[in-house]
Amino acid sequence: MAAIATTLHAAQAAALGSPRHYEDNPATRDRPLVKWIVLTISLLFFICFLVLPLATVFIEALKKGWDVYLEAILDDDAFSAIELTLIAAVIAVPLNLVFGVAAAWAIAKFDFRGKHLLITFIDLPFSVSPVVAGLVYVLMFGSNGWIGPWLSDHDIRIVFAVPGIVLATIFVTFPFIARELIPLMQAQGKDEEEAAVVLGASGWQTFWYVTLPNIRWGLIYGVVLCNARAMGEFGAVSVVSGHIRGVTNTMPLQIEILYNEYQFSAAFAVASLLALLALVTLVLKTFIEWRAALAARTTHQE
Amino acid sequence: MSIQVKNIHKKFGSFVALNDISLDFPTGELVALLGPSGCGKTTLLRIIAGLEQADSGNVLLEGQDASRTHIRDRHVGFVFQHYALFRHMSVFDNVAFGLRVKPRNERPSEDVIRKKVKDLLELVQLDWLADRFPAQLSGGQRQRIALARALAVEPRVLLLDEPFGALDAKVRKELRRWLRQLHDELHITSIFVTHDQEEALEVSDRVVLLNRGQVEQIGSPEEVWRTPATPFVYSFLGSVNLFHGRSAHGEVQLDGGSLSHDKGNIAPGAEVIAFARPHELQIDTNLDHTDGLRARITRIQAFGLTATVELERTDSSEHLHHYEVELTLDRLLALQLRNGTEVRLIPSHLKVFETPDNVGAEQYIASGI
Repeated sequence: MAAIATTLHAAQAAALGSPRHYEDNPATRDRPLVKWIVLTISLLFFICFLVLPLATVFIEALKKGWDVYLEAILDDDAFSAIELTLIAAVIAVPLNLVFGVAAAWAIAKFDFRGKHLLITFIDLPFSVSPVVAGLVYVLMFGSNGWIGPWLSDHDIRIVFAVPGIVLATIFVTFPFIARELIPLMQAQGKDEEEAAVVLGASGWQTFWYVTLPNIRWGLIYGVVLCNARAMGEFGAVSVVSGHIRGVTNTMPLQIEILYNEYQFSAAFAVASLLALLALVTLVLKTFIEWRAALAARTTHQE
Repeated sequence: MSIQVKNIHKKFGSFVALNDISLDFPTGELVALLGPSGCGKTTLLRIIAGLEQADSGNVLLEGQDASRTHIRDRHVGFVFQHYALFRHMSVFDNVAFGLRVKPRNERPSEDVIRKKVKDLLELVQLDWLADRFPAQLSGGQRQRIALARALAVEPRVLLLDEPFGALDAKVRKELRRWLRQLHDELHITSIFVTHDQEEALEVSDRVVLLNRGQVEQIGSPEEVWRTPATPFVYSFLGSVNLFHGRSAHGEVQLDGGSLSHDKGNIAPGAEVIAFARPHELQIDTNLDHTDGLRARITRIQAFGLTATVELERTDSSEHLHHYEVELTLDRLLALQLRNGTEVRLIPSHLKVFETPDNVGAEQYIASGI
């Protein structure tokens, strides 16, 4: 996971230094053979394990033609699954955005007791199996759970309903933004914030005019990753969902149901849509990395 | 505006950063807080600014207790060692920041801001850089922009934290002179922190020497240079030769020799440390003299008007003592000194301090001798 958190900085670093010289310089250049062997190995892997499966999804989805494809997607249940996936993402991502910025701010700019504990807890959703995460919510809010009876008395449904799915999604996507921002904000230090406050800026002005612009690209990057996970989450959501068709099925769950019912075309159609969303996310991510590297090159000090 | 600090204490964990510091900074003066790293000088500056909270004690701005005043309302200008320019803002926006974040009813109009920023950029002689970003400037330019930004809000005092610490030697010297000129024009009460004694002596009206969280001496640059009050000040300001020995009547007895001095009020038998500046040591090639110490020349550096001769003692078995002697080039040639030549070292002037019981010579060696 740390790999994800540092990708952006690696991109910035790559833009700052110039690894190009390594290739240009005859003293450090490897034999072409080495280069081509390494390249071939990685490309073969890439094609076998990433491109082919992804292509299969789209080929299978469109095997029986556009009409079947559109029908599968516009099917009521499939459509409501898409809707639910988007709802979960739309609620979970902004909440984690607020949390992530607050947590990163607290960790990077303040000293307090239990700081390391907080950092550790932020990572919890990464280390806990999603199934366990889902189960926790069932145990808390389910009819036999801790506050389940109270909830059912008041006619509030959380598990096997939309709120449960949103909660599970929030849980699994919890660390993405905070994890992205913490190293970034720690690296930037608090000099600029201190300068702003000395110049008379209020706390809000300092955040809005100084901190936020500095973490802008890292923040968007975190949001994109968080969103990708929110839409793709299967395990935790599967446990709390109850698989009620047209009501509590998200896209990944809907795909599984369709597949288990041997409706391969429909399953692949929805899967292709999910894959497409992922691809869009990937393009966005690449664009952001490129922009961040550009920004790093033009505005980074030293 | 005058600044006073009274009985400031500050601890970081078990480390005492400031121990009962009381100082007066009169209006319009440029004062240097000088000391080795870890002496508490930056902490003191940050406490005055309000960026750090003292454990006890008061900061008085213009006679009024500011301990409860928020940084925003203290009206101080602060210049950071690493500039702390807003990296995503242009130079112009950086300087304008302090004016633009003022509450609506105090905020000047955009035209006034533009005029003011332009004036400030002219003051720091960088008006042609208004549209650049901090990353496109050199270190010296960045620090001047940081200064313009601090001055934009018309601070009552200017606090500079090692402002030239991150710059190379040549730029540093240039900016020093420039800061002094600027201060003579603006007469704003200023405190600047530095660990560079040359910088402190050259720029400031007064120097405050700090060591281990305590004030060692306060005075004009001439005063602290000519009459160092403590062994620390003596050893910190410029290079010195250190002799560790025991006091006898009119002389310091060392392991393997003795040095005469004229200060008589130290009890005979007391442990003492004696200091001599490199130019206060004479080299005598006549080895039959009994005065002074025997030493061997290890290195001669002759560039400029004077030459520096490095020597080590040959008559002491304890540990290797190194000495430095500064003499004119003519004298060096007249004495025909070479590497390996054995000579006697005779101090022409010796400053003797009684060693406090709890302080070993290591401290003075550690502080840069």
